[in-house]
Amino acid sequence: MQSEVSEPSEEQYLNCIRCGLCLAVCPTYREYLTETASPRGRVALARKGLEGELELSPNLAEQMYACFDCLACNEICPVGIRPADLALNMRDLQEQRQLSGWKQTLFGGLIPKPGRMEAATWPLRIYEELGLRRLVYVLGLRRLLPHQLRDIEAMLPHMPQRPLRQALPEISEANGETRYRVGFFLGCAQSLMFAEESAASVRVLTRNGCTVVTPKETVCCGMPALGYGRTDLVREQARFNIALFEKANVETIVTDCATCGSTLKDYGKLLADDPNWAARAAEFSKKVRDVSELLMSIPFEKPQGRLEARVTYHDPCHLRRGQGVWKQPRALLQMIDGLEFVELPEADWCCGSAGSQLITHYETSLKVLERKTENLASTKADYLASGCPGCQMQLILGVRRQGLDVQVVHPIALLDIAYKK
Amino acid sequence: MCHCEAVLFRRSSPLSQGIASLAEGRSLAMTQTREKMDKSIIAQLTTITGKDGVLSTPEDLAVYGYDATFEDHRPDVVVLPRTSEQVSQALALAARERIPLVTRGMGSGLAAASVPFNGGIALTMTRMNRILEIDTVNATAHVEAGVVTADLQAAVEKLGLFYPPDPSSIRHSTIGGNIACNAGGPRCLKYGVTGDYVLGLTVVLADGRILHTGGKCIKDVVGYDLKALFTGSEGTLGVITEALLRLIAKPKFARTALVEFVRLDDASRTVNVILQAGVVPATLELMDETAIACIEAALHLGLPLDVEAILLIEADGSDEAAVLREMEAVTETCRARGARQVKVAEDETERASLWRARRSLSPSLARKAPNKLGEDITVPRSAIPETVRRLKAISTKYELPIVIYGHAGDGNLHPTILFDKRDPEQSVRVEQMAAEEFALALELGGTLSGEHGVGTLKRPYMQQALGPLSLEVQKRVKQALDPLNILNPGKVFPE
Repeated sequence: MQSEVSEPSEEQYLNCIRCGLCLAVCPTYREYLTETASPRGRVALARKGLEGELELSPNLAEQMYACFDCLACNEICPVGIRPADLALNMRDLQEQRQLSGWKQTLFGGLIPKPGRMEAATWPLRIYEELGLRRLVYVLGLRRLLPHQLRDIEAMLPHMPQRPLRQALPEISEANGETRYRVGFFLGCAQSLMFAEESAASVRVLTRNGCTVVTPKETVCCGMPALGYGRTDLVREQARFNIALFEKANVETIVTDCATCGSTLKDYGKLLADDPNWAARAAEFSKKVRDVSELLMSIPFEKPQGRLEARVTYHDPCHLRRGQGVWKQPRALLQMIDGLEFVELPEADWCCGSAGSQLITHYETSLKVLERKTENLASTKADYLASGCPGCQMQLILGVRRQGLDVQVVHPIALLDIAYKK
Repeated sequence: MCHCEAVLFRRSSPLSQGIASLAEGRSLAMTQTREKMDKSIIAQLTTITGKDGVLSTPEDLAVYGYDATFEDHRPDVVVLPRTSEQVSQALALAARERIPLVTRGMGSGLAAASVPFNGGIALTMTRMNRILEIDTVNATAHVEAGVVTADLQAAVEKLGLFYPPDPSSIRHSTIGGNIACNAGGPRCLKYGVTGDYVLGLTVVLADGRILHTGGKCIKDVVGYDLKALFTGSEGTLGVITEALLRLIAKPKFARTALVEFVRLDDASRTVNVILQAGVVPATLELMDETAIACIEAALHLGLPLDVEAILLIEADGSDEAAVLREMEAVTETCRARGARQVKVAEDETERASLWRARRSLSPSLARKAPNKLGEDITVPRSAIPETVRRLKAISTKYELPIVIYGHAGDGNLHPTILFDKRDPEQSVRVEQMAAEEFALALELGGTLSGEHGVGTLKRPYMQQALGPLSLEVQKRVKQALDPLNILNPGKVFPE
């Protein structure tokens, strides 16, 4: 498919002095307590594989897939090695050496095509709409499902009847005078699974002087393909989205999905070597803001309504470490009168979602999740806010498994409630 | 993947094969006949620990061959026990089959003490990580060897107690490893080293028997002090599986000052002046300009980049007024000795970030060069200024940078040579420089290592440091406890 294989460069691993600092912060190491499941171990494997000391075997690739890409090792490394990035690059190398057909179908054919994604999730909407889901619960049929499928079922939020892409107007005018013209990036998971929350994001933005332009043809930001080693597909998707938003003529591009945000902000880096796209990609990335980040940077209307509730907040890895955004969502929540904010212990520790780890690394994902739900239980919160659809689905599962009485929401959704009151 | 495919005892080179055979007192031919039993050994180990406690894929073996030095040699199998009983059975098997066994924790050692140069079993203690008891009346903690030191500290501090030893690797090293290398850290100046907190140990001996030594009594003079013997033995005398640790009351107040010196020499001279003034700070750390620059590049804390040295000084205690008085005395002394500025951390966050900076110093030096050799020579503290001056002279002579930092208050320095291992000519110079550093420490009445241990890196200098009689006594101890030489063979003793 590609003429030459691009490998991670020597600088990405050469200076790792194997100090072991990263072991302390790695969710997979802390569960398995084996070097093989640690960032230092992955860097050593990558190095030995690239230098020819080890075969680039399927098991070596598997160790790269075992990383949850929570970025904690990137952040702590005192030398500046980025083990999580290296693991992704190694997946990419594996794909270049041996292309898996199903990834082409899934990441090339299905995910980047909004219409097909909507069609694919249609059975879920029917499942919800016809009351089948209630029936399954009432009759206790869930128990008949295998464990893993039961857990995946438990993650499902309540699905909207119509996909948001169809329900949302192309242009949502600001309430009152337009102070900002912003583009809204419809994230696949956020707008499909949590459509009501994305609708709330648009309402909150228009309330605060933003005229929101929502291009309907956006394709997936590319993170799923990146996670499965298909950087080539990510670049294709990036070029498409960049061109699309250039036409929208906006000053800022807003997303309410942590993962989309971190990927969109990386387009500049991803296309840096492409002479036709480097400047356009850099310009695009410069405009990208998480919704909480944007709201905290403009004059913001304090909600008049009260929300009497105890609320805690989970940091999505790709928001806190991927984008350095962690103060803003907390600040927004604390503007709501009546709301009692409690800090979640280890708030920035991965929840175990990591995109699709619940499917591909079921046991590890659940172990990492348990740590999160134990911390959550200690807060006695009514709401757990988190601005990432992957985290939200995982956290919904955690709450159900633990039998907690906690509602998982996007922080903006709580703001929206406070505005409505 | 292909778990059963890996062949145990596939030696990576004829040399290591020879060494291993010598260590076991067996011929090469016998090693080869043993290869036929490989699968049976893995099967037996699996019976002992369960399937998830034995790792043997090429990928697993490739990552259990290193610690935090640049040494690397793969083991033949990795075993992760969960109980002392499992360790006992694994050791009995190793003794029966004459398999070398190297114990390791999180692999953050700085002397290659846990690198399995002879292959064999890498016995990894990380899954024995339970805190068995915290006794608040007797102020003791009973823990398994694989407990992460910072986790223990957090657990006892919740109860108002304190476990002082604080190697920079507290978050990525285990109690077992700390004891096996008698780890130190900044706070040792006031509170002493790991060994000062070991009240009792459970040790699996080379033949698999389980020894319990010590107990909750502060005083105990019955028989030899075996726990002291195993402390610092680097896995050569037995496998430490549990420890009973002494705790003290947690100091309620602490103040940390960052003191800037335009001249390095002024900083190193000030250390002794402070200590002679009757103040015993909890820590008294020295960092030179390269060290400061590396931390700053890694953490962006706004450290001064135009001074030759800083001292990081902490006073702590249970009486706030006393702590403040100590800090004032320190400040005054520093000013009088030429400090440009004394900045006391305003709050806990600022204090924590200073210590985080100090802890990440050693690894952050790798920003300057692909390889580093950090030593931990220790001298009587009166010799600190001279040591610092002569280390700089060694650096000038060999034209390779030596970064100087360390626990100046207790005479323990970390001169770190920065180099590129890929350049063989540089590697030769590094060896000569290390030899000069050691000779310097010994000449000034000091020692080769204050807290890292000997491992293999300092083995060549043991004769010079200890003399023949001390070495002979130590070898007899080793022979008495490990007659087959299966426990971490090739470490500590010179060839």
